[in-house]
Amino acid sequence: MKLKNEREINKKIKDLAQKIYKKHKKNLNDLCFIGIKRRGISIAQRLSKEFKKFTNFKIPVGALDISFYRDDLQMIAHSPIVRGSEIAFSLQDKIVILVDDVIYTGRTVRAALSEILDYGRPKKIELLVLVDRNHRELPIQPDYVGFKFKVKKEDLIDVFLKEEDKKEGIYLKRR
Amino acid sequence: MKHLLSVNDLNEKDIYKIFEYAFQFEEVLSRPIPIVPSLKGKTILTLFYEPSTRTQTSFTLACKRLSCDVINFSFSTSSVLKGESLLDTVKNVLKMKIDGIIIRHPVAGVPNFLAHYLDKENIFVINAGDGINEHPTQALLDAYTLYKKFKDFRNLKILIIGDIKHSRVAHSDILIFQKLGCEVYVSCPYSFLPIDFEKTKIPYLSDFRKELGKFDCVITLRVQKERHNLSYLPSIREYHLLYGIKKEDLNKMKKDALLMHPGPVNWGVELSYDVLEDKRCVILDQVFNGVVIRMAIIFLLFQEKV
Repeated sequence: MKLKNEREINKKIKDLAQKIYKKHKKNLNDLCFIGIKRRGISIAQRLSKEFKKFTNFKIPVGALDISFYRDDLQMIAHSPIVRGSEIAFSLQDKIVILVDDVIYTGRTVRAALSEILDYGRPKKIELLVLVDRNHRELPIQPDYVGFKFKVKKEDLIDVFLKEEDKKEGIYLKRR
Repeated sequence: MKHLLSVNDLNEKDIYKIFEYAFQFEEVLSRPIPIVPSLKGKTILTLFYEPSTRTQTSFTLACKRLSCDVINFSFSTSSVLKGESLLDTVKNVLKMKIDGIIIRHPVAGVPNFLAHYLDKENIFVINAGDGINEHPTQALLDAYTLYKKFKDFRNLKILIIGDIKHSRVAHSDILIFQKLGCEVYVSCPYSFLPIDFEKTKIPYLSDFRKELGKFDCVITLRVQKERHNLSYLPSIREYHLLYGIKKEDLNKMKKDALLMHPGPVNWGVELSYDVLEDKRCVILDQVFNGVVIRMAIIFLLFQEKV
């Protein structure tokens, strides 16, 4: 079932960029986006693009692959090939906006936080997600939320983005 | 891949997968905190029944960078000297809940024996060199060093100079480079050729200097004084004159060729001192690549276990 379409996603990303701007307009120089592979990166890049439109300021984007930080090797064994992290700038004293498509159990974000801290000591880390769904397993909550859905634990929410999937939308798969 | 005992345990796809992971681990090692928590709570034992600096350090470091606990056993400080057999040592160690064993042993085939014994215990074995048989992780790091430079193995010409008969590095290198599609040549005194070598169809060059200009990579091997008394050679000086690589040999080599040596180098024997400053001499890059290659192997063997 399609929950949101491309137009709604893009509008939401625009709103989120505005929200971040309002909160951090005094420290734009310290700001950076770190996307969690793979779709988090696409969202981070779109946010950076939106930012450029209304501030003419380029916020750097980094990519995080949390495969080596997972708490279960089982998951790694069945996940696609590790692509590696690419963060071409120092995170020391930066304000990091961590970006992912969906937050569910919170375990991915937990792994991402561990990894980011191995790159340096940011001043602050905030979390942005396009979709916040229920059934968290760790005490981790996002600072910026695109859409919020209440679904059953066994249901799946998929975000498809043009950059990665050729189609775009947020879908619910009931199981 | 359940164990890594020989290059023959790997197909081409496995080899490239190891390279891909090694490449990711290079990025990990460049971070301010160069360690990932992937193997927290796992334990590896290194059993080295022969002296080693590079290989044991490299494996130990690889484990630590993956957050894997590592226990180093070396024969000179162990109960082996009191007469404990390998199997006894292993039975005792098993009770200590180990996930994997890295072994170097002077007798060929010992890692296979161990793997046979440990298979049902779900403990993997990595061969870190067994007698004159094989040294697969060295071959992988040699191939990776070449891969980073050329990105493609097809049509590469590789010359291996040295004790082909007694060198486990030569045996594993020949296997891996042939598997990857390179043309392998060897050069050495006749006494260093294995019996029936002509059956392998690997070209033998009695005077490699004439053809030095056609190779993309020259691998020199250590003269292993400990594996044979020097009856194989008239003299070390003669070996250096005929088979040692000197600066004037580098001048004959391609501008982008690589010169390798698995270490430790007998300076003034396999290589003359003045080659180290040439940028084509990548001996120290091999050492760095050894760490990431071993991280990749250990990581992938653990993945295979689950």
